[in-house]
Amino acid sequence: MTRPLMLTGALTLALAATAACGGGGGGDQTAAGDGRGPITFTDTQSHEEASRKVIDAWNAAHPDEKVTLDIQPKDADSQRQRLINNAQTKSDAMDVIMLDAVWTAEFAANRWVDELPADTVKADDLLAPTLETAEYRGKLYAMPWLTGTGLLYYRKDLVDKAPTTWAEMKDTCDKVLPKQKGMSCYAGLLDKYEGLTVSFAEAVQSAGGTVLDDSGTPTLETDVAKAGLNFLVDGLKSGLIPKEGITFKEDEVKNALQTGKVLFARSWASLYGTANAPDSPVTGKVDVAPIPGLDGPGSGTLGGANLAISAFSKHKATARDFLAFFTAGEQMKTWATINSTPVARTGLYDDQDLIAKYPYLPSLKEGVLKAKARPVAVKYGDVTSAIQNAVYPALTGEVTPDQALSGLQQQLSGLLKQ
Amino acid sequence: MRRGSRWFAALMISPTLLVLVLVVLYPLLAAARESMYVRGEGLDADGFVVEGERFVGVANYAGLVGERFVNAFANTTVFTLATVAVETVLGVAMALVMHGVLRGRGLVRASILIPWAVPTAISGLMWRWVFQADGVANAIIGQKILWTTEGVQAKLAVIIADTWKTAPFIGLLVLAGLQIIPDMVYEAAKVDGASAWQTFWRITLPLVKPALVVAVLFRILQALAMFDLPFVMIGRGKFSVETLSALIWDEATQLRYGPAAAYGIVLIAYVSVIVFVFVRLLGADLLADARSRKERA
Amino acid sequence: MRRTLTAGLIVVYCLAPFYWMVVSSLRRTVDIFSTTPWPSPPSLENYAAVFGGHSDFGRALLNSLIVSGVTTVLTLAVGVCCAYALARLTFRGKNLVLALIIGTSMFPGALLIVPLLKLFTELGWINTYHAMIVPSMSFALPLAVWTLTAFFRQMPHELEQAATIDGCTRWGAFRRVILPLAAPGVFTTAILAFFATWNEFMIALTMISKADMQTATIRVAQFGGASDFDTPFGTQMAAGVVVTIPLVILVLVFQKRIVAGLTSGALK
Repeated sequence: MTRPLMLTGALTLALAATAACGGGGGGDQTAAGDGRGPITFTDTQSHEEASRKVIDAWNAAHPDEKVTLDIQPKDADSQRQRLINNAQTKSDAMDVIMLDAVWTAEFAANRWVDELPADTVKADDLLAPTLETAEYRGKLYAMPWLTGTGLLYYRKDLVDKAPTTWAEMKDTCDKVLPKQKGMSCYAGLLDKYEGLTVSFAEAVQSAGGTVLDDSGTPTLETDVAKAGLNFLVDGLKSGLIPKEGITFKEDEVKNALQTGKVLFARSWASLYGTANAPDSPVTGKVDVAPIPGLDGPGSGTLGGANLAISAFSKHKATARDFLAFFTAGEQMKTWATINSTPVARTGLYDDQDLIAKYPYLPSLKEGVLKAKARPVAVKYGDVTSAIQNAVYPALTGEVTPDQALSGLQQQLSGLLKQ
Repeated sequence: MRRGSRWFAALMISPTLLVLVLVVLYPLLAAARESMYVRGEGLDADGFVVEGERFVGVANYAGLVGERFVNAFANTTVFTLATVAVETVLGVAMALVMHGVLRGRGLVRASILIPWAVPTAISGLMWRWVFQADGVANAIIGQKILWTTEGVQAKLAVIIADTWKTAPFIGLLVLAGLQIIPDMVYEAAKVDGASAWQTFWRITLPLVKPALVVAVLFRILQALAMFDLPFVMIGRGKFSVETLSALIWDEATQLRYGPAAAYGIVLIAYVSVIVFVFVRLLGADLLADARSRKERA
Repeated sequence: MRRTLTAGLIVVYCLAPFYWMVVSSLRRTVDIFSTTPWPSPPSLENYAAVFGGHSDFGRALLNSLIVSGVTTVLTLAVGVCCAYALARLTFRGKNLVLALIIGTSMFPGALLIVPLLKLFTELGWINTYHAMIVPSMSFALPLAVWTLTAFFRQMPHELEQAATIDGCTRWGAFRRVILPLAAPGVFTTAILAFFATWNEFMIALTMISKADMQTATIRVAQFGGASDFDTPFGTQMAAGVVVTIPLVILVLVFQKRIVAGLTSGALK
């Protein structure tokens, strides 16, 4: 009597297992969900005040299609994780989502976000590099929104003129530091996380090299790539970069600059407001310049985030309208007046009201136009892990820069072949 | 009567079994199946990820010889051995001290329960804060140790943080064991001229052994599955502290569910082996009472 | 004297890191990196940030309370029956059942979560309380059965016999005689199960993408600052203290019971 019972039980379980494992999202997403109604906008907490202001304006005009702000976790890894979970569960909890510039390929290739009609953007009002980060295989999957690149922060009370090369930076430090107790020369984003990928690409580009060439082939076994990596490796070895520099993320860099531990620091535009805030110990003493390089001004890595529409949204018509509203010039200016994160619209870099508020805008525009995007890959997570895993041991001295670069060349070639 | 009793027992037990089948057995079977499939590999002509899954047999288990798995396996083992050993010694020492304290035992007991009460995710944040380059740990020891960089010091930081949370727990269990030992036993030992060490080794330890062994066994289970502490404290992707659970998690977040499931199955096998060996060696008789009662009846 | 001193050291060891979290939470943002043993000047700015704005930390705490509370009640309702049968009824395969139930607690959550995520997607459970409650029982239930079984065993064997003689059915004996007597044990187990669920992280992280359904442990790790890349360490510490305080109060009020519960499984 028990035998058949057990069999049936096992069978039911097995069936349940297969049923649950099957599924898989259908490719057809055109008709479904193209409705109107309330939607959510998934954004991070640092944007909250500015985004809410724009959302309030929208909600006042669209009482039946209200937008609710959904706040993401702070760090990028958790944000991506939450977005992927939402997509894997085909949940309609998110409609308009903020996508980091490097996630576009992964989200587009997995059909987690919808392709946008090409006329969503007018290319000429956007900074060209930002538009590239919103496309996958020549098609538009997101609306360029925020951008940014590395800036060199320096203590203008101690330094007359920002250096344009690494050698100049070192010379300046040699002159200034003996009189400043406990101060080191330079701090950047060197902990083992996405920031290290940014810093490595920036160093290689600033030495005149590239991580990938135009055809997408890694070009790391070159003298310029080595010169770039050596800027970081020798910097740590010689004490130009403080020893604890390899634990630095944005917060630690900010802290080092604010507490007078470094003369120069590489970070994003958002540090400007914090460093010069009334309660900052270095308020009024910090200025920005484009990052330095080997023989002249360096080339930064492009940061930023775009806005996309979740493939599992039920109210995509509303989502598209809101996206257009939110990224229109007028709303972007309102947004930029409240939040210092740089936006993607060209016109706003020449806007006198904004320049008065953010004096670094001209040098930032110059930086963004010269900046390069990080490698585009559907499995970007593997690419950035490979870079971090190769560069970090070189920084700690476990492997030589040559070993690190040739290993990385091989790894990236394999990963990008797909 | 007998028959009725059996039905009654089945009725009482089945809700528990039903829940466990849903939340443990089902996912376990699904994971075992998943470990033999791959999905989402390759792109089609338009650059979209190819949907559907493909049976690959044991190919997902090939990662077991990879550097990363071996490293995670070694880390898990080192963390388990180190934390459990330190916790046991520290816990027993704490219990002995507390047992001798006459005044303020309530205070000691309450403060010992605090580390146990702090959620692991919060304690990860807390210890990251303590161990950062400018943190209070370095301020106290007057050194500039970079705890959160790759290396032995990161492992040490994790072990310190984990021990803080769990040694008091073992201490409490052992203390309870000590308290049921009649004072007469100790007095007799004293009369026989036994040293403090002999008393501990020959009398105290054997008497608290059943309590200690079960406590240690539960701790081993938890340590083998360690995840959030190194993850929150040191950071993801730092190989010096990557545990098997963290590796499984990371593979899953990179959408490689097949290898993630394969590693998970291996972890379960590893846990089972350790538990089996431990129970055999130390005779952790979890079911002792049920058995002895039956014999008596 | 020396013993008291050593005991004092133990107290310091246990409390110092927690104390540091509290102190850091009371510092102003500008002197958050300070290492003075006392916040000077102390400030409630971080606590204001935890509950202020639209972060809705109160809602997260409420979610934690609902999830932990319901999980605890369900776990006990199911677990009490099972533990009673295992401790006080005679039937074949009893040891095997107990071993299996305890054995389920050794499976790592990281493995179980992906299949459950898929299952709940099919069922449409994502972003619901039950998507957190049901999986939480996977660790709360073995814990409860283990502790309760130990409690039931400690009770005198003659209880049911007396009850049956008085004309009670088996169920009646269980409900009217055993259960009231076991109330202290059940209560202790409830505290333990509540603790375990309150601390849960991975399930809540995976099953929930809606902000207003998140639990407090998740929310703490996700506090953002006023600008990009700005980690509000002070706010995190303050939120950590807020999440831990309910547990600390429970510990202080019920410490004897908790100790009894923790040790009952291990001691006979």
